[in-house]
Amino acid sequence: MNTSLKNESLQTEITNISRRNLLKGFALTGFVLAVGMPFSGFAEDEEAPKYGRDAMPHGWVDNPLIFVAIAEDGSVTIVSHRSEMGQGVRTSLPMVVADELEADWEKVKVIQAPGDEERYGNQDTDGSRSVRHFFMPMRNVGAAARMMLEAAAAAHWGVGVDEVFAENHQIKHRPSGKVLGYGELAKAAAALDVPERETLRLKNPDQFRYIGKQSTKLIDGEDIVTGKAIYGIDVQVDGMVHAVIARPPVYGGKVKSFDDSEALKVPGVIKVVLLKGSPPPAVFNPLGGVAVIAENTWAAMQGREKLKIEWDHGENASYNTDEYRQKMLEAASSSGGKVLRSSGDVAKALETADKTYKADYYIPHLSQAPMEPPVATARIQNGKCEVWAPTQAPQASKDTVAKWLEMSPEDVTIHVTLLGGGFGRKSKPDYLVEAALLSRAMQGRAVQVTWSREDDIHNGYLHTVSIEHLEAAVNADGKATAWLHRTVAPSISSTFDASSVHQMPIELGMGVMNIPFAIDNVQIENPEAKAHTRIGWFRSVANIPRAFAIQSFIAEMAHDLDRDHKAFLLELIGPARKINPVELNDEWNYGESPEKYPLDTGRLRRVVEAVCEKANWGRDLPAGRGLGLATHYSFVSYTAAIVEVEVSEDGELTIPRMDIAVDCGPQVNPERIRSQMEGACIMGVSLATVGEISFKDGAVEQDNFDSYQVTRMNESPREIHVHLLPADDFNTPLGGVGEPGLPPIAPAICNAIFAATGKRIRNLPIRYQLES
Amino acid sequence: MKLSVNGESHEVNLPEDMPILWTLRDVLGMTGTKFGCGKALCGACTVMLDGQPIRSCSTPISAAQGKQITTVEAVSKDKVGQAIQQAWVELGVPQCGYCQSGQVVSATALLRDNPNPSDADIDNAMSGNICRCGTYNRIRDAIKLAATNNGGAQ
Ligand code: FES
Ligand code: FES
Repeated sequence: MNTSLKNESLQTEITNISRRNLLKGFALTGFVLAVGMPFSGFAEDEEAPKYGRDAMPHGWVDNPLIFVAIAEDGSVTIVSHRSEMGQGVRTSLPMVVADELEADWEKVKVIQAPGDEERYGNQDTDGSRSVRHFFMPMRNVGAAARMMLEAAAAAHWGVGVDEVFAENHQIKHRPSGKVLGYGELAKAAAALDVPERETLRLKNPDQFRYIGKQSTKLIDGEDIVTGKAIYGIDVQVDGMVHAVIARPPVYGGKVKSFDDSEALKVPGVIKVVLLKGSPPPAVFNPLGGVAVIAENTWAAMQGREKLKIEWDHGENASYNTDEYRQKMLEAASSSGGKVLRSSGDVAKALETADKTYKADYYIPHLSQAPMEPPVATARIQNGKCEVWAPTQAPQASKDTVAKWLEMSPEDVTIHVTLLGGGFGRKSKPDYLVEAALLSRAMQGRAVQVTWSREDDIHNGYLHTVSIEHLEAAVNADGKATAWLHRTVAPSISSTFDASSVHQMPIELGMGVMNIPFAIDNVQIENPEAKAHTRIGWFRSVANIPRAFAIQSFIAEMAHDLDRDHKAFLLELIGPARKINPVELNDEWNYGESPEKYPLDTGRLRRVVEAVCEKANWGRDLPAGRGLGLATHYSFVSYTAAIVEVEVSEDGELTIPRMDIAVDCGPQVNPERIRSQMEGACIMGVSLATVGEISFKDGAVEQDNFDSYQVTRMNESPREIHVHLLPADDFNTPLGGVGEPGLPPIAPAICNAIFAATGKRIRNLPIRYQLES
Repeated sequence: MKLSVNGESHEVNLPEDMPILWTLRDVLGMTGTKFGCGKALCGACTVMLDGQPIRSCSTPISAAQGKQITTVEAVSKDKVGQAIQQAWVELGVPQCGYCQSGQVVSATALLRDNPNPSDADIDNAMSGNICRCGTYNRIRDAIKLAATNNGGAQ
């Protein structure tokens, strides 16, 4: 076979291959990319506002020649252009292609695309967008490839294409019963024109074989349990050396002086390199510091311990989170902050109300702490740089590495490995730049930079720290008449503009602007908050503090009014209606069209009702146990959770059961939706009960999993019940999955604790607060 | 120094306090065993030393002299390990999968020792293995499934 994809050297398979092949790439045979550029799906009308996948950088691509190859033996290779970090995307999107292609999943291989958005469309794997944005393009890919195979078979038999059909990896001729396998047709099919998008015949949903079904096996499952799967830390390149870096402990700090004489004496240490710092804003720049390069990671770590470094800590050296919290509380307690949304007259309504409520809710900084810490391997040869890394942002990685090496992005190749978790941390390519700079310092030799867990916790792009201040008024009938929300938190925008003190639309659109409550007087304010560390995305982002505050506050009001929490919550949500987010001053709406994706209070009510029914809300429980309810709308999906807790007399918390209901529109891979919800429940327990990053004198106080704790098996809920609510059909717009499960968990836990003990938690983590 | 890994003997010339983890990964090129914390706090690096689960990040190679190291790459060599791996695949346990090498080794060691573990036994054996993705409930179910398939729990 003499045909192969032109870009074979760019294709990296990340599992099932020997080390050598990892570097050589993977020769695809079968479909050939002849000439021309991929057709991308950008809307023709340049003036019209773009939403969803159309609005993402580099949009989307649905050319089968880019995404599918079929070999003569019939094996089908599908490109995953989104990063796999546990959400299952390497299974779910290729599964969509395979379904429309009528391919047998057992014969499907998946290879990972390098960072190249012009070729593949957007690759930023974040925002719970992969399936939401690429379900349709991947259906197109599969359908187009199927139609090319059908056309090739029809030509071969000299019959009309309407007489043939695809079924389970074969094309069949209906009248004669003749059959040709995909492998036999691959070459001829590849020579045909790709059908126009308008002419594609998509399956009817009742013909789906994988989409919406429970049964598709994880593409990487076997490799994972046998230790063969290749994560970023597992990359091995000929001649590779290992590095660790001592980074400035304080944001904006730099090396004043250092002494490496002892470090260089450690056996195995090869070289010590000073890396220039980059002053705030952090953007995606490396932090600088002193790197120790050695024959193995352990020797590098030993060498680093022997470094003597004097730091210039810079202007953030006085950052103390205890004091900062007081400052935020002050800002939250006074009016005068930026007003973001105002309807009616909140001040007057609060003043004249029969009853008012007021509370502040605190969530500390959090570290994503993916099990695989940041790690990257880089090599520079013949003026070109290759980086192997677990990254959520392959294109930003390419551009940022190119900028730092002063190369053209075309000369930088980013090979995306499996990610040992991401949760937003691996959206920032600072660690890839470190590897590239160190490879340059080693004359292009391959260098792998590994972050220790301490590095990950000390030098992260943390979840922000926040005070959510809420006030509400009710009239004599117990109906809510006013709602005031002041949100105080350093913004992610500070990572890109050091002077920024206000939150940006994407943060404000996460459960503060877009609250759907049927209340006449509403005001939303954002007082200033300056960042003193790198603030980044953390799974669910600003939805975490908003859901915690709002859903706790509503439970507090319901209790005080002697109302059933569920009934009061549904009354606040009000009747089923579709709210245009623009009317709520939410300019973002998760990047989606306000018409296509209104805030649907009917769907919000439905998840609340469903979870209450499934968890038997109101059921009798023994003393010391309680149920808590919470709901939240995020990433254009609707979730509600009920948690059952038990609090012992000495204040020990256990969680016998959790129920979570989700309406994320059509369910493409329900099995992975369940696993995402289960994972979100446990991450929610983590951040509610033990998660906290604090600062003293500018530096993080926690070091490893002893001081920055995450939930373990013995502390996790004994039962998790996930309830997937069906969509009407596959024409309903898709919602996000990876993130929406997390926000309702912490408030549901705290509401349950209140039900069990009468103790209200307004500051996370709960940790020792239950000890009497 | 001689190291016996998965039945193969390796002659290595390394400081004797070098952890087994980095010897496996960076010297022998066996990357199935993962690094997660380096301080015996997360279990990602779990291997078996003469059948007992240990944290290889905090165990020096000197402690492995004259003993057998078994890593995730060789877990399938015995029936219990196979049952664990099959149950893991069948129930779709892994999310990102990074912790699962350690989980699989810990679970295999548990089930070899105790073919019919109770919930409390599972908690005891597995709580040293962190999964940041939150696969604990499926891990518990998979251990029980493997126990059943392996003739343990009836
Ligand atoms: S890496 Fe050894 S226990 Fe975490
Ligand atoms: S599966 Fe990702 S850490 Fe366990």
